[in-house]
Amino acid sequence: MKFGWHAKLAGALALVAIPFVVPVSGADDTIKIAYVDPLSGGGASIGEVGLKTFQFLADDLNAKGGALGRKFEIVAYDNKLNAQETLVQVQKAIDSGIRIITQGNGSAFAAAISDFVTKYNERNLGKEVIYFNYAAVDPVLTNDKCSFWHFRWDANSDQKMQALTNYMKDRKNIKKIYLINQDYSFGQAVRSAAVAMLKDKRPDVEIVGDEMHPLLKITDFAPYIAKIKASGADSVITGNWGQDFALLVKAAADAGLQTDWYTYYAGGTGGPTAIKQTGLNHRVFAVGEGIPNLGYGPADEFEKAIRAKYNFSLFYPRAVNEMRMLQAAIEKAKSTEPTKIGAALEGMKFNVYDGGEGMMRADDHQFIQPLYISSFGERSAKEPFDEESTGWGWKLAGKIEAANTVLPTTCKMSRPAS
Amino acid sequence: MLELVLVSTLNGVLYGMLLFLMASGLTLIFSMMGVLNFAHASFYMLGAFFGFQISQLVGFWPGLILAPILAGFIGALIERYGLRNVHRHGHVAELLFTFGLAFVIEEIVQMIWGKLPRDYRIPPSLDFSAFTIFSTNYPAYKMFMLLFAIGIFVALLLVLTRTRVGLIIQASLTHPHMVGMLGHNVPRIFMLVFGLGCALAAVAGVIAGPALVTQSNMAALLGPILFVVVVIGGLGSLSGAFIASLLIGLLQTFAVAVNLSISDIFGVFGIHTNPLPFLSDIWRVTVAQIAPIMPYLLLVLILVFRPTGLMGTRDT
Repeated sequence: MKFGWHAKLAGALALVAIPFVVPVSGADDTIKIAYVDPLSGGGASIGEVGLKTFQFLADDLNAKGGALGRKFEIVAYDNKLNAQETLVQVQKAIDSGIRIITQGNGSAFAAAISDFVTKYNERNLGKEVIYFNYAAVDPVLTNDKCSFWHFRWDANSDQKMQALTNYMKDRKNIKKIYLINQDYSFGQAVRSAAVAMLKDKRPDVEIVGDEMHPLLKITDFAPYIAKIKASGADSVITGNWGQDFALLVKAAADAGLQTDWYTYYAGGTGGPTAIKQTGLNHRVFAVGEGIPNLGYGPADEFEKAIRAKYNFSLFYPRAVNEMRMLQAAIEKAKSTEPTKIGAALEGMKFNVYDGGEGMMRADDHQFIQPLYISSFGERSAKEPFDEESTGWGWKLAGKIEAANTVLPTTCKMSRPAS
Repeated sequence: MLELVLVSTLNGVLYGMLLFLMASGLTLIFSMMGVLNFAHASFYMLGAFFGFQISQLVGFWPGLILAPILAGFIGALIERYGLRNVHRHGHVAELLFTFGLAFVIEEIVQMIWGKLPRDYRIPPSLDFSAFTIFSTNYPAYKMFMLLFAIGIFVALLLVLTRTRVGLIIQASLTHPHMVGMLGHNVPRIFMLVFGLGCALAAVAGVIAGPALVTQSNMAALLGPILFVVVVIGGLGSLSGAFIASLLIGLLQTFAVAVNLSISDIFGVFGIHTNPLPFLSDIWRVTVAQIAPIMPYLLLVLILVFRPTGLMGTRDT
């Protein structure tokens, strides 16, 4: 059989067109949440864990009946850790009818989404989209750049640094501190908060280094470790996350660097393995809204369940709070309309994953919750959970009650007219 | 201070040698066929993943031998059945072919091994510290990487300058038609050189995989810097690639160690306030922060002032 060139062209066009013909989802009645985070490249290891955590949470809630009798469904979008791609993916999610977006990795991308969603909602009344931020902690998102459509479940960088420096205040062995952070909005927020708060609380401490390095692009941190070593620092403060933390500490282990580490995200993928290699027993500290080994019954049950299904521990207690509060807000509002969910969330009090009460502050949409400082090392009978099969686990070093984590906000929230 | 200099030098030379393993293949291929192989770093990645897979089955050492052979074989096949056909349509087509190939290989790697970093381990026999400079441990594995890379360099140099095969390769570089007239199969030499170049990149991948990260984006991270090495060294020059690799390795490592910023330089002359407030960001940026773009700055300068590269003989 012979085809004319017209037929061939038509055939070729048809082939090209196939990917764009997406079946329109009809009667399926799930509450869809778009998960927009890196699923390839340097951020993939952390994005993948987040995705599985959210899927696990959706299944968990669905087993208990979902919300208003409807099931939750997580739809994954890969933003390739790129601001442009993030907005393309958010638009794609909106185009397919999703009205709840969640994202966490990278404050620069969080700011882009918050801005985009706010503008989109101004133009599309009645089709509003809401954005839940589970991990991007640049304070500006709940201060100067706050938005009614953005809700944050993680403690912001200033709250975490306040908790860390309050703990460091009484550690008299700290004399020389080295700061190393990722060179973007979040890393800059960490370093400036650290400098300001240390000056206030520990004027005797000397900051011997203040490093900013490219985000998730470095595969060998040996040159940076050599520099830390040469500075004579006894402690390092870092907000690094994902492979930037794991590889930094791996290089420290290789070079035999013996310092204390004060971190935000030491528990991320690869982190515990690298810490074990350094041999720094209970000298790596992390601040967060929860750890395994707190001995709180419901959390222990959940921890066991997620470990039984995946080969990782729960890194995002904040995601648990986010999903459970979404469910509560939908039930309270008796609607899945983002405007009503948003209104229901404002000021909502909630029993958080690790016990105690949290509150979604209406002024700036920053979740206020108890924070914990923990150290990583050998376990006693009170710490049943280890990490990444290292044998080592997290141990509570200090708890900060929710009331003591409150910081003022400059946010002037403008709410939709209802 | 001395400790920082010594450790930085070691780290810089090591990084430079790793670059050289890849750049040597790239520059050989370029000087033979006149085509810049955009997919070259992809063979580095293939080497790492093959090495990882083989190490899972039979251990690290067989992987060190088998993975490069496998990658070289694939490279030779691609030359024979892909590039050779494209060659007829000129250099632009070849360039586009290798450009596309890089994406294809990345996608295939993602399909087989996923997008997450794989746990490629250092062999236990090399998992200790070789020596201690002042108080810094230097891992034995890094020492092994360094010596292995130097060994390959020496072997390559000997083969190219002291053997019959090397003579024919060198002759085909400059006078391919004459070599063909003398009865040598020039297309087959091309194929072998392409395969050899890919195998060299794969060797770099196998030894760098456990020390750095074995992940599907590793080609994209290293690809651009390779071209910088080759252009600075002079396209087609092996010794140029060697010097440029070391230069860039040291440059990047030492740039990280320097905390100088523009405000510090002005500070020496007694100027402590920024005369141009709207440039406050640039005012405070340190050399360490711009370390990653230094090689590209060097690339631009070289192209402006010495377009043939350091050791090259023809224009880029």
